Amino acid sequence: MQIDFSYVIWIPAVLLVSFLVVGLFGNKLKPMLSGAIATLAILLGMVLSYTAAFQYFLGRGLVDGTYQTFIPQNWEWLSFYDTLVIKLGVMIDPISIMMLVVVTTISSMVHIYSFGYMKGEQGFERFYAYLSLFSFSMIGLVIATNIFQMYIFWELVGVSSFLLIGFYYTKPSAVAASKKAFIVTRFADFGFLVGILVLSYYTKTFDFQELMSPDNAAITNMTGISFMGMSVLSWALLLIFMGGAGKSAMFPLHIWLPDAMEGPTPVSALIHAATMVVAGVYLVARLFGLYVLHAPDALAVVAGVGAFTSLFAALIAVTQTDIKRVLAFSTMSQIGYMMLALGVSGYVGAEGLGFTASMFHLFTHAMFKALLFLGAGAVIHAVHSNEMGDMGGLRKYLPITHITFLIAALAISGIPPFAGFFSKDEILAAAYESNQLYFWTEWAVAGLTAFYMFRLYFNIFWGNKREYEHKPHEAPFSMSFALIFLAIMTSIVGFIPFSHYVAPSLIPFETHFHWNIAIPSVAIGVFGIVVAAILYIKPKSTADKIANAMPGLYKLSLRKFYIDEIYVWVTHSIIFNSIARPIAWFDKKVVDGSMDGMAWVTNKVSDKTKGLQSGQLQQYAFVMIAGVVGLALFILYWSNR
Amino acid sequence: MIEGVGVTEFLVVSTIMFFIGIYGFVVRKNLITILMSVELILNSVNINFVVFNKYLYPDLLQGYMISLFVIGIAAAEAAVAIAIILNVYRNLQGIDIEHINTMKH
Repeated sequence: MQIDFSYVIWIPAVLLVSFLVVGLFGNKLKPMLSGAIATLAILLGMVLSYTAAFQYFLGRGLVDGTYQTFIPQNWEWLSFYDTLVIKLGVMIDPISIMMLVVVTTISSMVHIYSFGYMKGEQGFERFYAYLSLFSFSMIGLVIATNIFQMYIFWELVGVSSFLLIGFYYTKPSAVAASKKAFIVTRFADFGFLVGILVLSYYTKTFDFQELMSPDNAAITNMTGISFMGMSVLSWALLLIFMGGAGKSAMFPLHIWLPDAMEGPTPVSALIHAATMVVAGVYLVARLFGLYVLHAPDALAVVAGVGAFTSLFAALIAVTQTDIKRVLAFSTMSQIGYMMLALGVSGYVGAEGLGFTASMFHLFTHAMFKALLFLGAGAVIHAVHSNEMGDMGGLRKYLPITHITFLIAALAISGIPPFAGFFSKDEILAAAYESNQLYFWTEWAVAGLTAFYMFRLYFNIFWGNKREYEHKPHEAPFSMSFALIFLAIMTSIVGFIPFSHYVAPSLIPFETHFHWNIAIPSVAIGVFGIVVAAILYIKPKSTADKIANAMPGLYKLSLRKFYIDEIYVWVTHSIIFNSIARPIAWFDKKVVDGSMDGMAWVTNKVSDKTKGLQSGQLQQYAFVMIAGVVGLALFILYWSNR
Repeated sequence: MIEGVGVTEFLVVSTIMFFIGIYGFVVRKNLITILMSVELILNSVNINFVVFNKYLYPDLLQGYMISLFVIGIAAAEAAVAIAIILNVYRNLQGIDIEHINTMKH
């Protein structure tokens, strides 16, 4: 018997309606009412998602030991000709259900939190309209039945991200950040689009199920066609991964994410920590069967990029002073973990541990990173500053924020029993079985993570006690409710036996606990925390002394390895000077020039010929008669030849 | 039929008249002389009509009739043209054709 999942379509439908209502009539409604409409919509979505998850995972999703894929709706949206049909629909399988739960949970909490955080802001209802648009697009993305639908919603989340980063559109830095985010991700999406086109050119389909079916001859065919040393399929998948890397802020397309922190903090929590930035991971997971079975070289690139980004971002996060930027780099680092886990994963049975670990980490990371951001938001709300130097000793003023932030920091540092410990343990186990280098890199990153998170924590809540002009006050109820809810989630979701639910081949498997990995990873986490505690728990100058002892390294990290400067240099001196300027010259001189030339010639010719119309009747008559005579002579000559 | 005179002689006369008319039309500056040149052209055409009728279809009358029409129309045309010339003289204080070029604007 099939379970009817056709109600899942109501989740995006309700959010779309909420977006339209709040977006079109928001300025006529009371701000609170707009917020309430959007919040009710997302809460309804959350209830439906949880229902679907319970039905799927605890009901009849599992048939004969394999998780089934359901497609309750799949409408033809654009039908060009028989072999080119674009459909929109709903696809239910373990990872889409998991993402539905993540997106609706975090989004609901952010909606509730924003009642407190955004209270009295200009454009309160606009904020909620954008949030609804984002949630709608993100859900459309996760339930996509085909890669083209995913691409459409992929761009929609990009637009909502752009709108929300630039929410304070009177602030030049926010405008610049939103533009940067849009252009960088758009550039990456260009690769994604080309990848889709290459893939569907050979396979003649967009559909995930058809692409994944093991007896797809077109896919085997694609692996046989070689182009510049790799199969065409590997190229297509690498280009698709480029899109994923742009959205997920993987090196070297990460530069937009730190700047995206110009947006309101709840937005950072929702979009730039928990949901949209993991879309790249989700994309690779969605096409995982292709990567792992047919293009192991592309998958190796995924692993390498993930591992490098996690280390790179962690090194930068150590020196940043803006608390949201520390969290942004930490997000990059954690997404690097997820990519690495996908990259080292196998397909069948317990070899799929990496895939499961990646999805598990995505799930737990969404909870604790959203919590960290919302906690940071509460701190910013209290002291009206993003800079670590303006904070300190806040644990007395903000007890709820303090405890919840501590829980999240412990979770991300991989301290049991919080969620991050379990997922990170699985990732490290998967890396250990695949490649020792990756394992030790990620092990070191785990230590760095613990260090910079607790540097943040001690600097905010401990450190020097300062006098505040306005006494910092604890967040209002709506904000602390979201914090407490997410803290509870962070504490319990680690115990979900994820491998029973999510596996690459859809066949659940058993995982056992890895003592040989858990002990060193907890040890380095604790070591990081202890170092941070020694340096930052009491105001001391040791940290500055260390920084001064190696000024080069410190500056390199503080300036984010000069990647932004390299981008500026590349765009300004290489692209602008050697590509854009010649093109501009060609446009002005050749394209415009030929048009101007035609106009000039016409003008000159008419100038010269207008003398012919003299108004002299006799001149006309003479010309006419001369013509007639000439014609007559010509005809005579012609006919007598 | 006139003895010893063939169609060629008539046509030569008519052609000479025609080109005298053309020459006058193109060269003369006085509107009245130009009008006279036009009359010469019309009459050279009349000669052609009459001669061809006489030599080719002596028992028919179409050529004569057409030449009568041409004479009638030429008279009417002369009347209209002179009226125009009078008005031109009133407006432009002269009938030199070189000064009558205001219509080009």
